[in-house]
Amino acid sequence: MTPTDTLTVTIERGPAGAETFAVPAYENQTVLDVVSWIQQNADPTLSYRFACRVGMCGSCAMTVGGVPRWTCRTHISKVVKDGAVTIGPLKNLPVIKDLAVDMDPFFDKWIAAEGVHHSGQTRHDPIAPIDAATPARVAADAGIECINCAVCYAACDTVTGNDAYLGPAALQRAWTLLQDDKDTGRDDILDAVSGAGGCHNCHAIGSCTAYCPNDLDPMSAIAGLKRETAKSFFSRGR
Amino acid sequence: MLTLRLYMLQRITALLMAPFVLVHLGVMIYAVQDGLSAAEILGRTQGSALWFLFYGSFVVAVAIHGAIGLRVIAHEWGGLSGVALALFTWATGAGLFALGARAVWAVTFA
Repeated sequence: MTPTDTLTVTIERGPAGAETFAVPAYENQTVLDVVSWIQQNADPTLSYRFACRVGMCGSCAMTVGGVPRWTCRTHISKVVKDGAVTIGPLKNLPVIKDLAVDMDPFFDKWIAAEGVHHSGQTRHDPIAPIDAATPARVAADAGIECINCAVCYAACDTVTGNDAYLGPAALQRAWTLLQDDKDTGRDDILDAVSGAGGCHNCHAIGSCTAYCPNDLDPMSAIAGLKRETAKSFFSRGR
Repeated sequence: MLTLRLYMLQRITALLMAPFVLVHLGVMIYAVQDGLSAAEILGRTQGSALWFLFYGSFVVAVAIHGAIGLRVIAHEWGGLSGVALALFTWATGAGLFALGARAVWAVTFA
């Protein structure tokens, strides 16, 4: 395919400042294709991260035109204005270099929110039957398609203002485990989401739900955690 | 910087304040029907244990609710944390309580 025009692409490269590239515009290309073209044809020192290119691995999220997006599934025509677009690293995470951010704080908080399986059985026990139609299972199913891309975390203004806040993805994970019949960590999860960085810091601004590329609803999951912890406050006294 | 305890305190005080505000507004509207004067207000409140309890509870709820709300703003927008944030919260709560308590005392038993 031959290019039809030229795109003006500004890449925010951290302390090095922003740099602008002229990129051939093809009719069918994603934001990730544009970044890859720059790295392969204009500046091989440009650092960025991707793996699957089909919206499954969650590694290619960047700030595109001021908002967080998965770049492999964002068509460039959706974000270009007057032939130009600005691409930067995700917000709310330390920049390693150029468009690659350090995801450690994001995943550390995932663990801090007890976003891990709490098993009550061994491999010798029979597999517990799960009814897919129960309200709890339906609530869990709504949240388990998260690909850990950190778009919600980068979009969250509460994360920006409060370092300790666990963030939408980790809290949504805690919520899905709370609804999971096979998970036995209920009290641990409720304690983990009730601390100084817990679900009660959410202002329900809703950027997580607005920007989630998989159309998940972390804001409602966090509202669910607030309800469950409030009930536990009266029944358990904490 | 809200824990479950602070969150519940803020929500419970909000629940208390909702009827307080409605009664306060209702009495205001009722009271001004025949003109508003200091003597008329004091005639209703002075020596009244009921109004002392009503506005006293109102002041306690406001002090707790407001201090927790301002604490969040001080942390997220003002960058306060740790001991400074705790001091700010307690000072705000104590200040709001002192102002309100003084006014309640003045119109009831002073």
